[in-house]
Order: sequence, then C-alpha cells, then structure tokens
Amino acid sequence: MTMTLPSAPNPAPKRQALVATAVASVGITMLVAGMLGVWLRFRAAADTRMSSDGRRVIKDWLPSDIKIPEVSSNTMLAGLFFGCVMAQWAVYAAKRDDSSHRSIALAICLLMEVAIINAQVAVYSQMQIGVNDGVFQAMFYAITGVIVVLLAVAVAFTAVTWFRSVGGRDNDSHVVAAHALYWYVLTAAFCAVWFVVYVQK
Amino acid sequence: MTTIQSNVDAATIGGRLASAEPSLASAIADWITTSDHKKIGRLFIGSSLLFAVGVSVLGGLLGFERMSAKGYSVLEADAVVQLFSAYQFALVYAVVAPLFVGLAIAVVPLQLGSRSLSYPRLASFGLWAWVSGLIVTLVSIAANGGPGGGNPDMVDLYLLALGLVALGLSAASVSIVVTVLTSRAPGMSLLRTPMFSWSALMGAMATVLTMPVLIGTLVYTYVDHANGRLAFGGNTDVSKWIGWSFTQPQTFVFAVMAVGVLAELAPIVANVRQPLRPVMLFGVTLVSTAALGGATQSTHSFSWNGTIADKVKELIPFALFNLLPILGVLIVLALGGLAAKNGRVKLTASFVFAFLGTGMLFVGMLVHALSMIGPAALAGTVAQESSTLYVVYGAVMVALGAVAHWGPKLWGRCLPKKEMFGLAALALLATILSSLPLVLAGFLDQPSNVVAGWSYDASGLLNAVSMIGHGLMLVTVLGFIGLAFKNFTSGAFASDDPWDAHSLEWSIPSPAPAENFSDIAIVGSAEPLLDVKPARQGVSA
Repeated sequence: MTMTLPSAPNPAPKRQALVATAVASVGITMLVAGMLGVWLRFRAAADTRMSSDGRRVIKDWLPSDIKIPEVSSNTMLAGLFFGCVMAQWAVYAAKRDDSSHRSIALAICLLMEVAIINAQVAVYSQMQIGVNDGVFQAMFYAITGVIVVLLAVAVAFTAVTWFRSVGGRDNDSHVVAAHALYWYVLTAAFCAVWFVVYVQK
Repeated sequence: MTTIQSNVDAATIGGRLASAEPSLASAIADWITTSDHKKIGRLFIGSSLLFAVGVSVLGGLLGFERMSAKGYSVLEADAVVQLFSAYQFALVYAVVAPLFVGLAIAVVPLQLGSRSLSYPRLASFGLWAWVSGLIVTLVSIAANGGPGGGNPDMVDLYLLALGLVALGLSAASVSIVVTVLTSRAPGMSLLRTPMFSWSALMGAMATVLTMPVLIGTLVYTYVDHANGRLAFGGNTDVSKWIGWSFTQPQTFVFAVMAVGVLAELAPIVANVRQPLRPVMLFGVTLVSTAALGGATQSTHSFSWNGTIADKVKELIPFALFNLLPILGVLIVLALGGLAAKNGRVKLTASFVFAFLGTGMLFVGMLVHALSMIGPAALAGTVAQESSTLYVVYGAVMVALGAVAHWGPKLWGRCLPKKEMFGLAALALLATILSSLPLVLAGFLDQPSNVVAGWSYDASGLLNAVSMIGHGLMLVTVLGFIGLAFKNFTSGAFASDDPWDAHSLEWSIPSPAPAENFSDIAIVGSAEPLLDVKPARQGVSA
C-alpha cells in the first residue's frame, strides 16, 4: 500500500539560536532567582543588632567590619547597561547588513565584559574577605561567583559572534539577536543581585 | 509529494539493515561522538535500564535490612546511610529522569517530521555530563561521601558531581525544547504536535525550570562545605537543602513524559482521532505544574488545623502544589478512556505497559498527597518512600512500553507480544508489592531512611514483601533487556507502520534512516497519517 503526504518546500530559517538562548535564559533566571531566594531566607533568619550610628535596629547579616565597595559594583551595573546598548547596536547593524558596525559593536561588548569581570575582581580585592570567614562571606562568594561564570559565558558567546561577524557571516542576524538577549538577561540577573547583595546587603 | 511505502517486505528491510560491519574501535568511537539523535537517545535509555537493575538490587537489599527492626543484618550502620543516599539519588537521577529524556531525544524529531534534533552536540554533552556525573556521584557515595558522609572530600565531590548530573539533564532538555519549538514540519502548529512530543516539551521545560535551582543550591552547599561549613550545616544537612530534588513533587516533573506516552498510545489502540484533544494537551500540561515545588524548593502540607479561614489559606497552596498534577493524570486517563469508548480497542503490549504504569504513577501521586495531609500522620514515614517507588517504577513501566512501541523506528524490529504481556503483568505485580507494603508500614509509623528502631507486629512481613517486589522488578527489567537484546538484534523485521499509527514517524522506513525524512512533509491535522491512509479517511473522534 502506498500513502502520500504533500511535500513542503525548504523550511524557513528557524532562529534556533534565539530560541535556545531564550530557553537557556529561563534556566539562568531560575538559577539566580533560586540563589537569591536562599540568600533572602538566610538574611531574614539573621539576628538583629543596632546600626553603627546607634539609631536603628538592623539585621545582623552583613558583618560590621565589611564594607561593600560601591564604586566597583556600580561600575559593573553601568557597564552591563552600556553593553546592552552595544548589543542592540549590533542587532541594528546586523539587520541592515552593516558588517563593520556590527563588528565594532560586538568588539565593544567584548571589551565591556572583560571590564566588568575586572570590576568584580576589584570588588573581591577591596573587600578583603575570606570565603571561610563566615556565613555572609561564603554566600557572597557563591552568588557573585555564579555571576562571574555567567559573565565568562557571555565573553565566549560574544567572542564567537564577533569572530563570525569579522569572518563574513552576513546572514547571522539571529545569532546577534540571541547574543543581545543573553546580555539583557544577564543585566537583569545582575540588577537583582546588585540590589539584594550590594545595595540592600 | 512524499511517498510512503507501508508493509514493506522483510527482505527489503533486511537489505536496508545489512551494511558493512565497522571495526569495534570505530563503532565505539562512532557511538561516543555521535550527533545522531537516535543513538544519543538509545545510549540514555540503555544506560538508564542498566541503572534500573542496580536500583532494584539496592531496594531489595534495603528491604532485606528492614525485615528485622532490631538491628543490622548484613550492613554496617554507616553503610546504611550511604545506601539510602545512593538509592534515593539513583531512583530519580539514574533511572526515571534519563529514561524519558533519552526517549524524547530519540523519538521527538521523528514525530515532528524533522531531520535532526536541534543542537545534537548539546544533547550529546548532556548525555556524557550525566553519565560521568552519575558515576562520580555513586563513587563518592561509596567512598563515604554524599549526604551525611564522613569523608569531607567525598562530600565535596558528591556535590560537584550532582551538579554535573543536573547540568547534563538541563542541557539535554534545552535541546528537546528547542527542537519542539523550532523544528516542526510545516503545518504542524503546537496544538497539532503529537501528544508525546507535547509532553516532552512540557517535561523538558519543567526540567529547565527546576534543575538550575538545584544547581544554585549545590553551589551554595559546595562553597560552604568546602570552606568552613558555617551556613549550610555541613555533611549532615546536605539532605535538608537538596532533598527536595529526590522526592515528590520533583519526581512528577520527570514523569510528565510518561503521561504523554499514554496520551499518545490511547487513540492509536482505539483506532480513533483523540476526542477533546486540546483538553488532553491541557491535562499533560497540568502534570508539569509539579515544577512549582522544585522551583520554590518547598512542599505544602495541609494540617487541617485552625479556623475555616486558616484551612482555606493552607488548602490553596496544598492544592496548587499537590493536586494539580493529579488532576492532569486524571484528565489523561479519562480522555484515554473516552477514546477507547469511541473506537475499537486492539490492545498492544506497549499500551498495556503505558496504561498500567500511568495507573501506578497516579497511585503514587495520591499517596504523596495523602502524606501531605496532617491527620494521616505519614510525614517522615516510609509512605513517602512508597510514593517515590510508585512514581519511579510506574514510569519505568511506561518507558518499557514506549521502547517497545518505538522499537521499530529505533531498531527496525518488534518485540514479541506474548512475552511483553507477561512482563507487563510482572512489572505491575513488582510495583505493587514493592510499594504498597510501605504505605501500610507508613500508617504503622515505620520511619523512613532507617533500618532499625521501630516496633509493630507485621514489620518483618511488610518489608519482606517489599523486598520481593524489588526482586520482581529486577526480573522484569532484566527480562526486558534480554528480550530487547534478542529481538532487536535478531528478531523479525518490523514493517514501516506496524501499529497503524497516526504521526509522521510511521511514514518513514523502519528503522528510521540517518536523516529521518528524505522530504519534508506538509501536515494538515494532528493525525497526518490518518489523512492519507485510504481506509482511514472517515475516522473521526
């Protein structure tokens, strides 16, 4: 017996990189949200103490001798937002087949990522805390370490996209869009960590 | 036009299968580095079945230990803690999760009319990350690591390896989700996606939602355990932080695809288009709401205390976390029954496996919900272990049926019906005998995860029956492996569409060729093959 199904022409581009990045972004969101959830749980369970100015009762969570370096952490946040603009510039250029601007934008993204990782290292060196000094310290290194790993993935992603761009892959706009999506998610994730860990403490 | 030749004679299929035999080394290298989704899926399935053998041996051993409540019969006290850790871990992460991930990797692209899996290298990475993580996890537990382990280095290794297992399953799940979302044949909207592929989408997405949460917790516990052990309680509290990932409702997440297998097979054996198909899709989706528990790392019990307002306040999260998945399975069972009522049922062994296995899964969900209700007083008892067993062994039954169903596309051959019916009956008996006595023991307050220190008259009997159940499951899985090995290597060749099925994978030769489809077909309904089979044009819901 022979059965026939109508055959289709060549399928349209599938934008798999964008969809895969979106799905991975869901996972990254859950990773960071889960870690922040545990962080907040510990913070909520901490005892209380008088603030250093003696005017109010605060959670005894951040040890009083630890100073969070705000300049470096704010620089990281600003760098991520600037990277978003560059990533979107790359998407804009890719849609117009403007390979030189696309490559420049991606190169700036790469530079920003390295700068942000450098800022994180500066945070570690300025704080001068040991990972086994206490509960806050261990958890601080754990959650910021995860952000560093996510930044390292961003470096790899940007480097690959940039190499493809300078190599003449002109039909790559969905990969550039996926790269931009990863930047946005990373920025959102860092915003949450920045607020909970660096600002609210 | 795509031409589909069905009922091809055996000689033609034999010729298709006969190819130049590669050397052993090149064959091994080919399997290790393969990007063929069918091979990656079969490696997942084969490894999981081998681990299922080990798990049933371990379950039997622990059942034997618990036959006497007064002391240890065979094992040292320290070994018991490690064995329970290995047992709980392996039930979920060595058996049920990879079985269905593997099945989805092997089958979903075929069902969708796709030539390959999206990101097959990612799926391959997932496979080897899972295998290596699993082996290291078990080695670390054996070397006095794992939850409660006395060797700090091995506890650290355990945490890292468990992270690798979770990463591997997440990577494979991303590949499955992207395949379903981007690689469907033209005309196949999401609502026309075959039931199993839909369940693969839901199950894989739920895995992507929950495994990163586990990874995040593992990062915390690892950093803390390796450096001072001030925050997370050291080795003894590891279970407190990651225990949710070994029990319900997280196990339901990995069993979503089991429900999808039943939803796929019911209309095929009934010879009808699935009535109320969107509702069936919704039912499968409801099962995946079990991800709520994993995503929030919490369970919600219903204590039945306080005023009516207090009870309602407790009941809502309890229902969301525990009853929605049950409702989902109930919908699938009911609509499967409706399909059977509308059609002429022609039983296949794979359907019997799937139906009975889903039934056991359903019972496991009910036992879990019951154990979350305060007055039942089942929290902390072996009833919770029983719930896991119902879910895992039920899901294994479904998976065995699924392997038999899609065997023609993966190996080109069918399994013998009579022996498979016998194995289905044995598997049902094994699941009930291993699990039900523990529910009763739970009502008699036998605590979980210990092998001594309780007293009730029938303890020896109940635990002995449970041990026999594990033994029967061992026989079932070994019997299935033997049967599959014999028949998939030298059995009768299957025709291209041996089950008179509905979805695209049955329109291509058995076994499926390297790139699955020579032409991409246009799909006009949820059952594209029914649209073109001359004798089936009039089949409706």
